[in-house]
Amino acid sequence: MTNNLIVSGSPHIHKPASISRIMWTVVISLIPAGIAGVIIFGLDALWVTLVAVVAAVLTELIFGIWTKKKITVLDGSAVITGILLAFNLPSGVPLWLPIVGAVFSIAIGKQVFGGLGQNIFNPALVGRVFLMASWPKYMTTFTQPLRAAGYDAITSATPLDILKEGKVLEHISYLNLFLGKHGGCIGEVCILALLIGAALLLIKGYISWHIPVTYIFTTAVFTYIFGAAQIFHGDWLFHILSGGLILGAFFMATDYVATPLTAKGQLIFGLGCGLLTAVIRIWGGYPEGVSYAILMMNAATPFIDRYTKCRIYGSK
Amino acid sequence: MNLQEYLTIFISAVFVYNVILSRFLGLCSFIAISKETKPALAMSSAVMFVIVMSSAITWFVYRFLLLPFNLGYLRTISFILVIATFVQLVEMIIRKLSPQLYRAFGIYLPLITVNCAVLGVAVLNIDMFFVNGKAVAGSFYYSVFQGVCVGLGYTLAMLLMSGIRERLELCNVPKPLKDFPLAFIIASILSLSFMGFSGFKF
Amino acid sequence: MKNLIKEFTKGIIKENPTFVLALGLCPTLAVSVSVANAIGMGIAATFVLLGSSLIISLVRDFIPDKIRIPCYIVIIATFVTITELCMKAYSPALDRSLGIYVPLIVVNCIVLGRAEAFACKNNLARSFFDGLGMGVGFTLALILISAIREFLGSGQILGHTLVKGFEPIFVFGMPSGALLVIGLLLGLFNVLKGKKI
Repeated sequence: MTNNLIVSGSPHIHKPASISRIMWTVVISLIPAGIAGVIIFGLDALWVTLVAVVAAVLTELIFGIWTKKKITVLDGSAVITGILLAFNLPSGVPLWLPIVGAVFSIAIGKQVFGGLGQNIFNPALVGRVFLMASWPKYMTTFTQPLRAAGYDAITSATPLDILKEGKVLEHISYLNLFLGKHGGCIGEVCILALLIGAALLLIKGYISWHIPVTYIFTTAVFTYIFGAAQIFHGDWLFHILSGGLILGAFFMATDYVATPLTAKGQLIFGLGCGLLTAVIRIWGGYPEGVSYAILMMNAATPFIDRYTKCRIYGSK
Repeated sequence: MNLQEYLTIFISAVFVYNVILSRFLGLCSFIAISKETKPALAMSSAVMFVIVMSSAITWFVYRFLLLPFNLGYLRTISFILVIATFVQLVEMIIRKLSPQLYRAFGIYLPLITVNCAVLGVAVLNIDMFFVNGKAVAGSFYYSVFQGVCVGLGYTLAMLLMSGIRERLELCNVPKPLKDFPLAFIIASILSLSFMGFSGFKF
Repeated sequence: MKNLIKEFTKGIIKENPTFVLALGLCPTLAVSVSVANAIGMGIAATFVLLGSSLIISLVRDFIPDKIRIPCYIVIIATFVTITELCMKAYSPALDRSLGIYVPLIVVNCIVLGRAEAFACKNNLARSFFDGLGMGVGFTLALILISAIREFLGSGQILGHTLVKGFEPIFVFGMPSGALLVIGLLLGLFNVLKGKKI
């Protein structure tokens, strides 16, 4: 505390934001979606999330001790990685899967680059695409939502899966999509809960609107134009509400480290993500493209930064 | 002229079977020259030029020299000779015509002769667009187009990698992983993310 | 004689073409999906290396300095063609799974590198052992990488299941797995060489 009191020259504005404060706020903002996931998919979802978080934190701790750096476990960033990874998994996966994924996320996605603040890619997504490539069987088997309630919902397929197979989506309303009464990953299904969390971050000013809004808007426009056999007949609202778009746009594409710094750069980033997501959804082999789109744009971020950085006053 | 065919070639050459990240051709130059953007870009444009030209030349050599005389088995030798000669020729011309251009990418030209991407694409073109010793309809255009796309894929990977590695200069990467090992790991993650494009259908 | 043995053994560890000199990585990564492929590729490359080293060291005095590289390439390409045709004739399955990487031995930096750095300056016996050593070193490195990849990627080595109940990690059978393995291996060797973290 005493350090905070040493001041020099006025005027001053005090802002309580610090890395750990921001990170823990993000954790809090993810809780509604987690609760929704547990309600929809049962206690399995809770176990998967807890296991992923514990594995991520332990890996971070081990690397911290091994490389003799300042221990950064308490800043909450590893917790976020664990939660985000778990939110991108189906609830029915065997419990070793989130463990392997979390270890890979932290080790290859983050520590290899030097730890917090230096990763090029979003660690949780690195873990997710690794799992997706390694064990597609587990990663694409989804549990039926609200089993106990005997709900007459679709089983073991996400709405996007069904769309990819070319079947018609009749029995799923926009309201059900919004509330999350359909198959999917733990944290991506309940749009309502995700928006509550996102609102908290936006109000606090911890994320800016640029990336999420351009991301979602671009996806919507593109799927509206090309989403159906006939041009300009795509079901854009369906594409916004299904899959991991909302989760990705607000919580993963807004990673501080792996995204551009300037507003202009962020607009380009969002545009690229939206375009890639829509292209993969419409023509790609995978039903969902959010994680790949964000990773590819992460890779392009150093470039975007270079061409959008602010000119130093007086220089060319 | 089949648009669908061209789109498939484009997506698969640039993303799904990216020369570097998936076929591992030209990996040595990729790892060695991607430390900074400027040389990376110069190298990419040189590779692009040579790949496109050699795709065209090798197609002619194969179609009008090797096939009619039933000399298909001389493919490897003749291609590498043609490519080496062509590269040498270009180098001499550039040096004479524009010393500036020569300084920009001429020094990379000799390296390109032994860049597996060039020979790789030439062989691949033959494998893909000649069926049972006969050229597929439009195979010349396909070959050249595939050359362009492979060049684009090379450039894309090169640019992304050089941007990332320039940024990593400022990070305190674990020492044993510095440079080459980390470059491979980044390439691995890039390759994972490009998998998003697999199974493309139009 | 002792000298010759030294020429042979240096290629295996001290100047291992893959891990120390970082040459010829393209085929290393591409064919290391399975140990069988790796052995096939290793033998093919060793044969080309041996043959070209022998011929080049025999004719080194007749080749004009200015056009030596094209001459080397022609010699190497000849041996590659021989390998290609033999492989097509005697082991078509292997030829199919190695695909375009067989003709690409021509541009494998190890072969041309040894020709330029060693065979053109040394006599027949030394070039022979140098080529053999490099070939064996390359093959061993290939086998190491492919064993790791095949085990992790399919749970088997040469078709034998090693651990029961192991869920294969498919990614190691894919290109990105190859890049990951070689990156981590190079890092590991740096640690073993005593670089501090």
